[in-house]
Formats: sequence, structure tokens, C-alpha cells
Amino acid sequence: MSRIWSFLTATRGNGRLHWTDWVSYGYLVLGILLMFGPVVWLGLSSFKTQNELDRFPPRFLPYAQETMELSGFDEALPLFTVTEGEYAGEIVAQTRRAAGRAEVVLPVDPDTRIRLQASQLEPIERIAFATSNYTDLFERFNFLRYLFNSTFITVTATLLMLLVNSMAAFALSKYEFRGRTAVLLIVIGTLMIPQTVVLVPLFLIVTQMGMFNSLWGVIIPGAATPTGVFLLRQYMITIPDEILDAARMDKASEWKIFWRIIVPLSAPAIAVLAILAIMWRWNDFLWPLIVLTRSENFTLQLALNSFQGELQTDWPSLLAMTVLTLLPIAAVFMFLQRYIATGIASTGGK
Amino acid sequence: MARIELKNVRKSYGAVDVIMGIDLDVADGEFCVFVGPSGCGKSTLLRMISGLEPITGGDIVIGGEVVNDIPAADRGLAMVFQSYALYPHMSVCQNLSFGLENINTPKAEIAAKVDEVAKMLQIEPLLDRRPKDLSGGQRQRVAIGRAVVREPRVFLFDEPLSNLDAELRVDMRGEITALHRRLQNTMIYVTHDQVEAMTMADKIAVLRLGELEQFGRPLDLYNKPANLFVAGFIGSPKMNFIAGRVDAENREVLELETGETMVLPETGFAQRSGQAVTFGIRPNHMHPVEGGNLHLEVNSVEQLGGESYLYGKLRNGQPMTLHLSGQTNAGRGDTLAIAPDHGEIHLFDSNSGLTLRMD
Repeated sequence: MSRIWSFLTATRGNGRLHWTDWVSYGYLVLGILLMFGPVVWLGLSSFKTQNELDRFPPRFLPYAQETMELSGFDEALPLFTVTEGEYAGEIVAQTRRAAGRAEVVLPVDPDTRIRLQASQLEPIERIAFATSNYTDLFERFNFLRYLFNSTFITVTATLLMLLVNSMAAFALSKYEFRGRTAVLLIVIGTLMIPQTVVLVPLFLIVTQMGMFNSLWGVIIPGAATPTGVFLLRQYMITIPDEILDAARMDKASEWKIFWRIIVPLSAPAIAVLAILAIMWRWNDFLWPLIVLTRSENFTLQLALNSFQGELQTDWPSLLAMTVLTLLPIAAVFMFLQRYIATGIASTGGK
Repeated sequence: MARIELKNVRKSYGAVDVIMGIDLDVADGEFCVFVGPSGCGKSTLLRMISGLEPITGGDIVIGGEVVNDIPAADRGLAMVFQSYALYPHMSVCQNLSFGLENINTPKAEIAAKVDEVAKMLQIEPLLDRRPKDLSGGQRQRVAIGRAVVREPRVFLFDEPLSNLDAELRVDMRGEITALHRRLQNTMIYVTHDQVEAMTMADKIAVLRLGELEQFGRPLDLYNKPANLFVAGFIGSPKMNFIAGRVDAENREVLELETGETMVLPETGFAQRSGQAVTFGIRPNHMHPVEGGNLHLEVNSVEQLGGESYLYGKLRNGQPMTLHLSGQTNAGRGDTLAIAPDHGEIHLFDSNSGLTLRMD
């Protein structure tokens, strides 16, 4: 802890703040605000009620008005403090409000209606997290279904992609065959074709194969990616051929060489690709939007989109689900980020 | 039985011939060393025998069976690589057992064999370590262990000692020789170091530019080199060569480029009158003699106590090395008259490079 503190408060000079300290800390704080600000705002907003979200100017923390159950009223009534006039200082419960005028009662005497100007009332508020935003997701919407769809697509597609790409990369890096360079160039060449260009033909193929509105229709078209093949190939080239020869002398089949030698030795590169694939798949929107039209097949991203209607947007649910959608990817990133650094260092550089 | 015969074995990469027809016969249980300068094709030849490199022509016969089309795994060979090629992600124990697992050896048997080999090579304490945690010598042992544990018919070594420091290399040399005595397998060993070749081999094959220059027992190569290349390659320090011409009238008189003449012994050489020849003599087969017919101007002297090396040049400026046993009082700038031991001289045809020795 003290080491973290001394790290965070490190300065250039001995104890005194040099102007470069001001600049660097200012720059870092700005960076934190730019990067974390929206996330924190999102997190807090997801705990706000619809009323609070509609409020202008917006407030940082989620507030909710104090309410009170009074006999004779069906619902809990919002509480206010009276700021001026006869009842100044009194706490009142509001029963109705219209056209700048409010009808309130004193909690001790719920039967006597008092009419006041709305401007005389100040709401009594406390910080309150509207967890109902989250529970509603499970009660009113089929959140678990969307989560399952997203997870299934992400996990299956990632595994499939790693398998296909690493096998292709193995062949392209460790076998001499006629046309190897041509194949590699074609694979890399596909990088130059944007997805939107092939969207329609791809859609036609997927429909013809009967994968429309099926999760497999999302998974299979992306199983082989040129980026992945190239990344893994570059890494596998650095594995010495002599190790493969040694394995061949050890009577290992080519398949076994792949599983027992190539895959373990490429683990850093495979980890990098896995992280990238998980992020691509989890955040993918366009292709699932095209292939999946029935709501029981929706991924989280599509479900999020469906909260945003033409006339009305269910902001509390949208925000809550956005937070839940972010969490897994953030967790993946947190646990695997060290592989990204080491992996990219060892795949890109040499 | 694991006799290895190569019959006119050839290899080319496209239009480039790297091995041009090699015939070789390694008897069962023999320790054969392929030696030659880098780029001579010795490693390629070894890989061809192993099956890792396909051959372009000829036949490779192992134990009486033509193995041209048999994949490396099924030839019953084991190979030790120059870089050791240990599996970096496996422990020493797993490295040793990988090959046995691949042929579905029962677990208990694997454990027993690994134990035995580990004991033999003294790597028992290392079994749980990863290759990266081992020193060069230890990795070498593990690499050898991996070959031994599979009990192959033939061992192939591809410059296994070239990554070790000098002292360790001498030790490992002894150990590999001891291993050969113990296992009695056929072994083929590739090196560019002629000292390794001389000390370890039963038979040496000297290769140059994809061709077999000479194949024979170490001392035969030393005493009766078949050509200029072998004469210069085997033996350290190198043999001294002096170009010359056989006298037009008297074929026993050799006129050297240095301006001196030498009388050749009557026996042994088939030189013709007027033939351009190269005279060869090893540094340890010359002595300073009163009236010696070669004159060496000494440039530097290395005194090792028990022996001395004199480096200098002859009258025509050609460098020459002289090896004397014991100590010398010759110094820089002295000119010594030296004479070769007549029984030890070599004579080669200058054009073909072949020896003129008759037997």
C-alpha cells in the first residue's frame, strides 16, 4: 500500500513540485477524466430513476425523493420542505401538483388539504440507487437469454477461430508447398475488403445454408480471420524447425506436433488472439443485427439496441444493461491484459 | 543389424546440386564422423540419412533395407541436434518420455527407461526442470538422453558440441565415446572440428562441396591423405605445402618455388619428369638440421614448455609452421635451415590435387 502511495505521489524534485510534475500530473488526471469519466457517468446513471435521468441540469449522484406512506392514500407521497409563507420550515407530503400549484398535507394531519405555490416547496432528497433498473432486466426482459446467446456466440466463435486460424498458420509457417506465398498473399489480401462490401453476398450464403436466425449463422462466417492467421503465422515462424524435426524423430505425427509442440509454444500469440476475438465477438453488432431477427436469438448488443425505440427510449434499462454488458469484457481484459503486452511484444517485433 | 550404406546418394535444390553422388558404407556398430568445412553438405547428408530431408537420387540402405521412402519416424534412428531442440515447454522428464509415449509404451516402462537413462547420464536431479533452467552441458545431456531412451538402431549427431565451451566439449567428447562403447550402436557424427573427428571416430568421411573426399580410419587419413584437401584439413596445425616441379631430367629431384631443391625418396611416389607437383610436410615432421635445404625465417615463436611452435616464412615469402618437441632457443628474425623427415613427406599432383603416393 505504501509502495502504491509513493508511486502515485512520485515527484521529480525532492519533495517539492517541479513544474514538470504539475504538467505530468495534470496530463494524467486529464487522461483519467477522459477515459474513466464516461464510464463512471454510465455506472452512476444506471442507478438513476427515469425522473432523475430526465432532470436538467443533470446531477452526478443518483438521488431519490423521500416519500411517506400516509393513511388514506394509495401510494407513498413525496415529501417537501416549505420554504416560505405560513408553513415555512414544515415538512409536507404532496398529493397533487398542477399548473404551478401544489396540494399538500401535513403528515400529522393527512386529511387537511393545503394549497401552496409549487415554488414554495423544496423536495427532500437522499442518495438512492435505483437497483430496480437491474432487477427489472431479469423480471421484465429475458436478460439471461441474451446473455446466453452472447456468451455462446463469443465462446464458440473464439474457440473455432483459434482452431482454424492456428491450423492455417501452422501450415503457412512450417510446411514448404507450392503456392504457399500465394495463399498467404490471398489471406492477407482479404484484409483489404471491408465487411460491408461482402455483407450482401455473405447474407445470401448464410440464408442458403439455412443459418438465418440461428446463432451458427453468426459464428461460422467469422471462423477464419486473416488477421488471426497472419498474427499466428508470424509467431510460429520463430519456433525453430529443429524442434519439429526432433518431434518427427520422436515419432510424433504431424497432428501431434501441432497439438503438443506448436500450440503450447504459440500460447502467447494464441492468448492475444483469444482476447481480440472475445472482444470482437462480444461487441459485434452489425452482422448479428442482420442474421438474427427474432428476439429470442438476440445478443446483448441487439437487445440494447431494441431498448432504443423510435418514439421512446427506456433509458434506465438501457443503461443498466450496458453496464452488465461491459462487465464481462472488462473482466476478460483485466485478467488477460498482461498477455496482450507480452504477446504483442513477441509477435510484432521480431 | 544397422549397417548403413549410401549408394550414389544425391541431393539438389532446383538446379543447385548440394550432394553429388556419395557412396559410403558404415559397418554395424561403427562410429563414423562426417567432417568438412561449413557448407560441405555434411549436415544435409545426415538429414538425408535421418529422413528429414528427401533425397534426389540414389539409395540409402539401413540394415539391409532401402529406406528412401520410409518416413523419418519409422527408420529406427535417433538424432541429437546442434541446438539440442529440446521441447521448451516440457520438463526434462517429459522431454525424455515424449518419444516413448508416441509409440504407446506403457507408463511403467517409460518411467523405468527414463530413470535408467537419467542415471546413466547423471541428469536425475534435473528431471523436473525446464530446458531453459539448464546449463549448456546439461541440455546436451538431456538431448542425448532423449535419443538414447528410445533405443534406436542408429544415433545421428549433428554438431552436438559446437555450442559448448572448450573444456566442456572435451568432457562431452569423452562421454559420447564412452556411450558408444557401452551401447555398441552405429553412430554417425557430424562436425566441422577435425580434432573431434580424429579423437572419436572409427571411420572419418571427409566431405567438401557435396563430394566425399576420403573415407577411412583416422590415422589412415592422417598418414595417407588422398588429396590436397584432406591433407590440409586433417591435422593441426595444418600441413605445409610448397608448390614445385619435378626436374625434367631427374624425377627424383624436386625444384621448389622457393628456389631450393629437394631430393625425393626413391620409393612411394609416382611422379613424372617435369610434372607440376605440390610438396607437403606436416609441421612436426621437420627438424632444424645443419645444411637443411629449406630456410625458415622465424616471425614468431610459441613456447608451450613441452613443445614449441615456430611461425615464419620461406624464401619466397610463403608462410610455414614448424612444430618442435621440447623447448627451442630460436627467436624472431633467426633463419633456420630445416629438413623434412624423408619418410613423412607427401606429394600431390598440383593440377588434380590427388596424391602421387603409390600404395
